Amino acid sequence: MPEKLSIIVVEQDRERALMIVDSLMEAGDNDIQVISEVSSLARRISERNPDIVLVDITNPSRDMIEELTLATAPLDRPVAMFVDQSEDSLTKAAIEAGVSAYVVDDLRPERIRPIVTAAIARYNMFRRMRDELAETRRALEERKVIDRAKGLLMKARGISEDEAYGLLRKAAMDQGRKISEVAQSLVLAADLLS
Amino acid sequence: MSAPLSVAFMPLVDAAPLVVAHEMGFAREEGLALELVRAPSWSSVRDMLAFGRIEAAHMLSPVPVAMALGIGGVASPISALMVLSVNGTVIGVNARLEALLRAGGHGFGFDDAGAAGAALVRAARGAPLRIGVPFPFSMHAELLYYWLSASGMPAPQTVEIHTVPPPLMADAIAAGEIDAFCVGEPWGSKVVETGAGALLLPGRAIWSAAPEKVLAVRSGWAADEPELTARLMRAVWRACRWLGEGGARTTAAEMLARPAYLNLSPEIIDRALTGRLTVTPHGDSRECRGFVAFHHGAANYPWRSQAAWIAARMAARLGLERAAATERARAVFRTDLYRQHLRDVGAVLPGASDRLEGGIAAGTAAPSQTGRLILRENLFFDGRIFDLGEAI
Repeated sequence: MPEKLSIIVVEQDRERALMIVDSLMEAGDNDIQVISEVSSLARRISERNPDIVLVDITNPSRDMIEELTLATAPLDRPVAMFVDQSEDSLTKAAIEAGVSAYVVDDLRPERIRPIVTAAIARYNMFRRMRDELAETRRALEERKVIDRAKGLLMKARGISEDEAYGLLRKAAMDQGRKISEVAQSLVLAADLLS
Repeated sequence: MSAPLSVAFMPLVDAAPLVVAHEMGFAREEGLALELVRAPSWSSVRDMLAFGRIEAAHMLSPVPVAMALGIGGVASPISALMVLSVNGTVIGVNARLEALLRAGGHGFGFDDAGAAGAALVRAARGAPLRIGVPFPFSMHAELLYYWLSASGMPAPQTVEIHTVPPPLMADAIAAGEIDAFCVGEPWGSKVVETGAGALLLPGRAIWSAAPEKVLAVRSGWAADEPELTARLMRAVWRACRWLGEGGARTTAAEMLARPAYLNLSPEIIDRALTGRLTVTPHGDSRECRGFVAFHHGAANYPWRSQAAWIAARMAARLGLERAAATERARAVFRTDLYRQHLRDVGAVLPGASDRLEGGIAAGTAAPSQTGRLILRENLFFDGRIFDLGEAI
């Protein structure tokens, strides 16, 4: 039985941190700690001397971890992004999912792989949730603008809601633009004219 | 049908060449559809490039050098096709140091690195300064180490260096996590705006010809896609020329200000572009000629001697063999591709790939293959000269 790995997860959101820890538990019996405070991140990490650090790629504080890639004292353990040449696809998958894994130099790839794989799955789920949320928000915004544009047309030309929508759709088709874009132009023009 | 190209950038004034290439249609003229990706951190820019998520990047000039030397998180062959900007950074201090510097008689002239260095060393009173830089491999770090060490504060040994992403520099100063910083504009001006600190020097006061950002691609991509490489270089070179002409500065500031790019007021961006900076929260203003250069004096030419300077500094600090390090670094700055791909657009092509760094006064003529080459000032504040011939 190999020794436990010490893993640090850098994550400010408590919910997300808990979910990541859960999925890593399933990947093996390891010692997992979460750091949620990003000030002096490099010092906080080096004090705990971990084998693996997992951090969200979109976290701006990630650059602080780069300091750890320079071993400045003889006893420091330099870390590197997990790049196993034979497993290039795994690194790519991690980048796509939005997680970066830093590992100490002498760790064998077969020990890292299950952890990185588990992290990728979890981060992929976060990314899907985020994309879906953004998509829902965008759809809602478009809906609002189209409703306003319809209202403007109904008032200005004394037509029904269906006719107003028909006009917007026709204008969009004629110009090869999206209905929401035409609606946006109309609303903007109306704002300027009022 | 335009070829799509993803290009990552960090929200900084010196991302302007890429933003202008896209917004002003220089990329479209070359049949390129640029997708500009705003990155959250320098390490993510590097990783997206190294692992093929993007084709090209706005990158700190020392990053490809560090990667070639095998230092840092990822080692992958990256080429610097051209320099995007020369200089454009500022060094600043928190309000406490500002007061100490003033009490010691320093006038915040924003021009004399020797005087500012001596004053800062006195103001620090032997306590180790905590200094923020955007990335461990950056011209910011190199200039700071060079300046502080020559001013009697051996760096990085006797200072505490903290990595702070540029947009977070103002917060770090305000929160008291750092005492001083070196950062690219407009993030130094942002510190002044928040009242948390003052600007002490422009980066160019330390080295007036420091290559700040480069256009970086995977070396393999440049070899496999010579046509796309050429089109990208031409589009970006024309954007740099447009910026260098200076007439449309207001337009450039407004473009950069948009939410997709810097998402700040055009006024704060304009300061770096005009070289007229507000250096203290009281509103003291200083004029800095050549604060950032995008074009004139063959600013885009990736002198191999500049890569060698960066490598020589890193080698000395990290105990690497100097001759091998400078040779490996020189190969990363692609004067060969610059000559090959920019010959026909009217770019000035210097006769040599290396030059002396330092010791060149403004307006010095130099041999060139095409065009008339008038070098810009290239001086280190302490008058030293970096001669590759001696270095190797």
